[in-house]
Amino acid sequence: MTTSVNSFDVTRIREDFPILKEMVHGKPLVYLDNAATTQKPQAVIDALVNYYMTENSNVHRGVHTLSQLATDAYEGARETVRQFINAEHDKEIVFVRGTTEGINLVAQTYGRANIGPDDEIIITAMEHHSNIVPWQILCEEKGARLKVIPINDDGELLLDEFENLLSSRTKFVSIVHQSNALGTINPVKQVIELAHARGIPVLLDGAQAVAHVPIDVQKLGCDFYAFSGHKLYGPTGVGVLYGRAELLDAMPPYQGGGEMIRSVSFEKTLYNVIPNKFEAGTQNIAGSVGLGAAIDYVNSVGMDNIATYEKELLTYGTERLSEIELVQLIGTARHKGSILSFVMENAHPHDVGTILDAEGIAVRTGHHCAQPLMDRYGVPATIRASLAFYNTKEEIDTLVKGIDRVIEVFSR
Amino acid sequence: MSNLHELYQEILLEHNNKPRNYRKMEDANRQADGYNPLCGDQITLYLKLEDDVIADVAFQGVGCAISRASASMLTQSIKGETLAKAEEIFNGFHALITDPDADVDYDLLGDLEMLSGVSAFPTRIKCAVLAWHTLNAAIEGKGDSVTTE
Repeated sequence: MTTSVNSFDVTRIREDFPILKEMVHGKPLVYLDNAATTQKPQAVIDALVNYYMTENSNVHRGVHTLSQLATDAYEGARETVRQFINAEHDKEIVFVRGTTEGINLVAQTYGRANIGPDDEIIITAMEHHSNIVPWQILCEEKGARLKVIPINDDGELLLDEFENLLSSRTKFVSIVHQSNALGTINPVKQVIELAHARGIPVLLDGAQAVAHVPIDVQKLGCDFYAFSGHKLYGPTGVGVLYGRAELLDAMPPYQGGGEMIRSVSFEKTLYNVIPNKFEAGTQNIAGSVGLGAAIDYVNSVGMDNIATYEKELLTYGTERLSEIELVQLIGTARHKGSILSFVMENAHPHDVGTILDAEGIAVRTGHHCAQPLMDRYGVPATIRASLAFYNTKEEIDTLVKGIDRVIEVFSR
Repeated sequence: MSNLHELYQEILLEHNNKPRNYRKMEDANRQADGYNPLCGDQITLYLKLEDDVIADVAFQGVGCAISRASASMLTQSIKGETLAKAEEIFNGFHALITDPDADVDYDLLGDLEMLSGVSAFPTRIKCAVLAWHTLNAAIEGKGDSVTTE
């Protein structure tokens, strides 16, 4: 059946992304670095321009018209996010700078209030540094310990090992939904069920997953879910932390300042209700509005359509790269998102990246902010082609031609 | 010749495949580690200094073709030279890879001339200079590792 491709017109979709018409070194841009950041559709660019041209003001408390317009736009974006991840309440959606800030917020508030000496926090071997370092900082401060769920050679989480790690000392579980370096989609529902059976809260790092699979936080049952706007076709500098209201209510504030207070005197300050308690200072209002527009855009395409099309691209890309003898894929989980991470026998990833760039192909080369994972595979770096729904099979063919060029250069 | 061919010249690839002076030096009296966090390149540089003469130099590490070839050529070019001459070579090399119009003494540089193509690839200059920064750290006797960031 090819109905999904037929009903999904990638040529028309590419028209929505102005940057895809750019030329690089005289060749059409082939943008395969979507796990780093995604390109922005015209609708998002227009939303930012429109906000600044017609609505810009500071939100909340203003009595003038523009302030009301800006507040409506900002809170409207919060409602858009709520629906998108199916949170129960608007107040469970906290705007942050990105996934990194979302995780740091939880570590510095929930973590500092609830984690003590000899307690344990569980993460996985495939975490991005942003889901390692905030917990290390907390562990150092509190005398707590970080435990790591190992993975197999395909890059799949070993659930049995996770069960073995769970103990009365375990106070928090924070795992990545989809690995940025391998593409692995983790069995997060099972992880959550196992943790919840012991009353342990779970945070999901959704930085990658949110742009590729439909997210329903209530169905998942997670306690926290963090993601970035710019990996979801929205602007940089804005992201979302979802937290269950009951937990957010009980958590101490993150940063102090305006907006997060109800009343201030020099003797005593009363904090605002959630989510404002966690939104100190003027937020990235335009960015939030842009994120709302990005969600409206992907909804118009359909997250299910996106997931189906990207799966086809991944299958095609995996087949094509597997045909090349000198290429070794890193990350071959059965359940994975559209990421092709690989190394080449005779060429260092950095050299591969330069040669591909000369062909107009943008890939990321390096450790992908997951150095412990690179150590696990015994490689200093990989080449990562990460696909989005505006990519095409023809672009994968261009990548394969680029790899042939690498082989040609390095076999001289 | 395309920029790419100018970057990946045969001599450079040959140094990458068979780097010169690639070994651990047991009797080194200076040593430093270099690291390029951007691409994960790592190098350990060993020196045997006799007064102000570089009596022996060797390196080990993992890295891209540019950084490996540059390290290999570095060892070739400074072995047996005085520290002052090594600095002169580095200055010439640095001008070569950062400024296409630089007035460079090619006799001084030897094989290093083959890295001139790097000047067309600003993101790769760090790869080419990693070994040289590490050399400086070793000469100055800094035990800490240096990075290109």
